[in-house]
Amino acid sequence: MGCGVDEVVAAFHRVAEVITAHRDELVDLDRAIGDGDHGENLTRGFTAVRASLDEGEHGSPAEVLKLVASTLISTVGGAAGPLYGTALLRAAKAVPDRVELGPEDVAAALAAALEGVVARGRAEAGDKTMVDALVPAVAAAERAVGDGGDTRAVLAAASAAAETGARETAPLVARKGRASYLGERSAGHLDPGARSTALVLGAFASPGPSPSRTPGKECEG
Amino acid sequence: MRVAVVLVSHSRALAEGLAELAGQMAPDVRLEAVGGLPGGGLGTDFDAVSTAVADADQGAGLVVLYDLGSARMTAELAAESVGDPDRVLLVDAPFVEGAVAAAVAAQNGGELATVGAAAVAAAPGPEARGPALTGPAAEGAVETAEVRAETFVLRNEVGLHARPAALLTRSIAGLDADVRVRFGDGEVDAASVLALMGLGAGRGDTVTVSATGPDAETALRRVTDLVERNFDE
Repeated sequence: MGCGVDEVVAAFHRVAEVITAHRDELVDLDRAIGDGDHGENLTRGFTAVRASLDEGEHGSPAEVLKLVASTLISTVGGAAGPLYGTALLRAAKAVPDRVELGPEDVAAALAAALEGVVARGRAEAGDKTMVDALVPAVAAAERAVGDGGDTRAVLAAASAAAETGARETAPLVARKGRASYLGERSAGHLDPGARSTALVLGAFASPGPSPSRTPGKECEG
Repeated sequence: MRVAVVLVSHSRALAEGLAELAGQMAPDVRLEAVGGLPGGGLGTDFDAVSTAVADADQGAGLVVLYDLGSARMTAELAAESVGDPDRVLLVDAPFVEGAVAAAVAAQNGGELATVGAAAVAAAPGPEARGPALTGPAAEGAVETAEVRAETFVLRNEVGLHARPAALLTRSIAGLDADVRVRFGDGEVDAASVLALMGLGAGRGDTVTVSATGPDAETALRRVTDLVERNFDE
């Protein structure tokens, strides 16, 4: 079994909860090296995502990804809206007709998301951006698939790698985004985009409660 | 039917101010300023940018200029989702200089690619670049071509400021002539409004206008007329 449409919807509800719970942390991270709006923007965006997910029935995981993408593009603003939006649109394109996302699908969706973010943001690994969380996440997901891991194992591997990748942005000097204007002074802080990416993947991997809807739904092996 | 120009900024005031500045030199060009969030804060709003991109096209396509990184991303997404891919050109250019250059090129009837190229070519100005031709070979290079030249004293109030510079560029648009204006140590292409402005020639200053090419005579006559009319001030 993999991730069906209900599981993907439930996962995005969890993402919204996690982002909202970490709102202040993201605000502080972004205030240190950016314009301080990342926590607020993402919280607003994922709150809107919950509302649009509740509005109707969804045919497939790809449809859910597209709906979340367009909602984020319209509500997040800043660089994060277009970047998350592009990532999710590309992920949707990578798994067009799947009823359920298996391990390979999750890895393919992550790889497509990374490509989208790189194309849109023109950032490379080491620039102190979301890419620094996504690159190790994609590599870890592909490794987990190679090792015969199930969907949950692939998500767990991606999440753990993103977490490490985000942490390792701290010493980097930003070369993209608002933080790049700070030059050397951007070192010593986590990149807020890499941190939020790790939080999103963490919520996807976690079986945590989602009280508002479809409680306990998670991507099973 | 002219190419339209869409200006995407984080700040509504910045976008609107730039549209005003560029519009002064391009009265017939549709300039769409979009910036800020619906609530009035700083940022780029996807829906507003999409609407601007969808509305601006007058039939000849549009160029989109943007200020900081996320404005580019929002503009790209908007162009991908609502724009006709053959008629929307996103231009990575200095926001102010690029917008003015694009507007003037559009005013002169340039096609989409020409307008985009004008924005990209908008350089920081002759002070930063120095004269276009320097070194021992420069004099010879100018002399070998059939050069017609006239020297004028600028009698109008503001010299070669924005409006007069734009009028000068427009007076020679479409002619097959290479027209250059020299003031002090600087020499610039008269096809570039920004370069002309960058010369910094004011009231009472003496400038030399030279022209080469088949339409050199016509070009020089038009410039002479314009200067003698004090740029219609």
